[in-house]
Amino acid sequence: MDFLNNFQLNSLMFLIPSLFMFCCGVYGFLTRRNMIAMLISLELMLNAVDMNFVVFNRFLCPGQMDGMFFTLFAIAIAAAETAVAIAIIINAYRISKDIDVKDLTKMKF
Amino acid sequence: MDYSQFLAMKQEIGLLVVFLLVFLYDLFAPRYAVAGTDKKAVKGISTVAVVLFAIFTAYGFCCSVTDNVQSVFGKMYSTTPVVATIKNILNIGVLIVLIQSMKWNASEPQTMRRAEFYELLFITLFGMYLMISARHFLLFVIGLESASLPLAALVAFDKNKYESHEAAVKYILTAVFSSAIFMLGLSFVYGLAGSLYFDEIAAAALEDSGMLIVAMAFVMAGIGFKLSLVPFHLWTADVYQGAPTSVTSYLSVISKGATAFAFMVVMVQVFGQFYSAAWEWMLYALIIATITVGNLFAIRQRNMKRFLAFSSVSQAGYIMLGVIGANEMSLAAMMFYILVYIFSNLAAFGVIQAIENKTGLVGMDSYRGLHKTNPRLAFAMMLAMFSLAGIPPFAGFFSKFFIFTGALNQGSVAMYVLVLIALINTIISLYYYLLVVKAMYISPEESEIPTFKSACSERLALVITVGGIILLGIVSVAYNSILTMTSTPL
Repeated sequence: MDFLNNFQLNSLMFLIPSLFMFCCGVYGFLTRRNMIAMLISLELMLNAVDMNFVVFNRFLCPGQMDGMFFTLFAIAIAAAETAVAIAIIINAYRISKDIDVKDLTKMKF
Repeated sequence: MDYSQFLAMKQEIGLLVVFLLVFLYDLFAPRYAVAGTDKKAVKGISTVAVVLFAIFTAYGFCCSVTDNVQSVFGKMYSTTPVVATIKNILNIGVLIVLIQSMKWNASEPQTMRRAEFYELLFITLFGMYLMISARHFLLFVIGLESASLPLAALVAFDKNKYESHEAAVKYILTAVFSSAIFMLGLSFVYGLAGSLYFDEIAAAALEDSGMLIVAMAFVMAGIGFKLSLVPFHLWTADVYQGAPTSVTSYLSVISKGATAFAFMVVMVQVFGQFYSAAWEWMLYALIIATITVGNLFAIRQRNMKRFLAFSSVSQAGYIMLGVIGANEMSLAAMMFYILVYIFSNLAAFGVIQAIENKTGLVGMDSYRGLHKTNPRLAFAMMLAMFSLAGIPPFAGFFSKFFIFTGALNQGSVAMYVLVLIALINTIISLYYYLLVVKAMYISPEESEIPTFKSACSERLALVITVGGIILLGIVSVAYNSILTMTSTPL
């Protein structure tokens, strides 16, 4: 119980998970071959960035709201990105009947 | 609150008015007035859009004379004579792109889409304006995204063509990936400086720490993707080949010019104090890699659009010479380079587009013997290639000359080495630019392309671009006015 009473949150407890999340996103983006899975990985990366901004704002400069506002806008931008990307993937699916990036190899080098 | 401050955003408001007028015309005009007729490309929405944008371009030149810094949105947005000038330069390029695309927009598959092309195009331009004027990273990111997301939709515009979709998928995935990396770098900058304002970050007098180097590298990588600097250039050739040619020309000159200028503002205003400590050397390596790899890959291309994609990769390296110079003269040289690059590259794309609209051919082999069947197109293409390569009487020579001089003004030995490498690469680039001229003029074969009469909009665009290529270098008014402009604060 003594441990719990002295427990203090610090910024590293949030920054390390967010960095881990970002790396998961990068790994997923590079290894997945399904376009939807790649899009999910991109979302992971963007959300990790949002978390970073909130944490820096909360712990390092609590007096102002710059990071929070940036996060709000970044969420909206990420939603727009997903919408456009999904629309493009659906169109690609209509033509090639597959959403595997291995099939998108007509233009190379 | 003083609402009159928003009048400082003259060019943004003007562009928004153009956008709304095109949108309302699209909404309420009868179908035949929007689509025009296939026989004559100069009917319908394309004429409306071109005329409105031409008026707006002229208006931009008239209202850019104020020589003080004006800030809006609590200093998130600021406009200066330099910023207004680069916007005017981009406007000229967009106007030429719009004139070139009139014929394509009047073709059968495009007319059912009415004015979508113009609406998306104006929104991307609006995003680029915000990106150029932004003095806060939030506005910068919003501008960057609203410039790149509608562009993805434009790349996918050729709905029935497989390549268009492949290109769009590659473009949107790399664009989002790069902006995620860019924003991670921004979050580190925010953690270090506690602010997202450019001047406050610069005033925070950060230490030269490992975190700062990582942040700076991420920011450079993120913008490097948009500029297609090597090693972030892998999407370029595929997207340029797959996208409709009008969109490719827009992507290669306007998008690149705007991003290059915004990149310069970020590097100089935010990270200016770490110039020699950190980013000079990062950019140094990027420039050498960009110019060399772009050139070597351009040699082996046989598709004209892919060929110009790699040529534009190496041109981006030359534009970056203006950023690494980091003085007034190299800023002026960079803006002049963008202006000349707009004219030369759009002349090349104008010829490609005229031939593609008529015959559907884009291979370099089908250009053999072009001067026998279409001497004027071959001549325009030759001037474009000479200007891109930098052969003396044409504008391309002067822009390269100024940008090298600007970089040398910085004065260190390393910069002399960099300019020497760039000069050697200019000679390599001469080889592949002349390959096109050789195919058109010296190859003895009969041409695959029959003699044809191009549409009058395409001819108008070619006359403007060829006139620019010949006159911009000789008539020094353009360069002089840019140079006097850059002595005012950025």
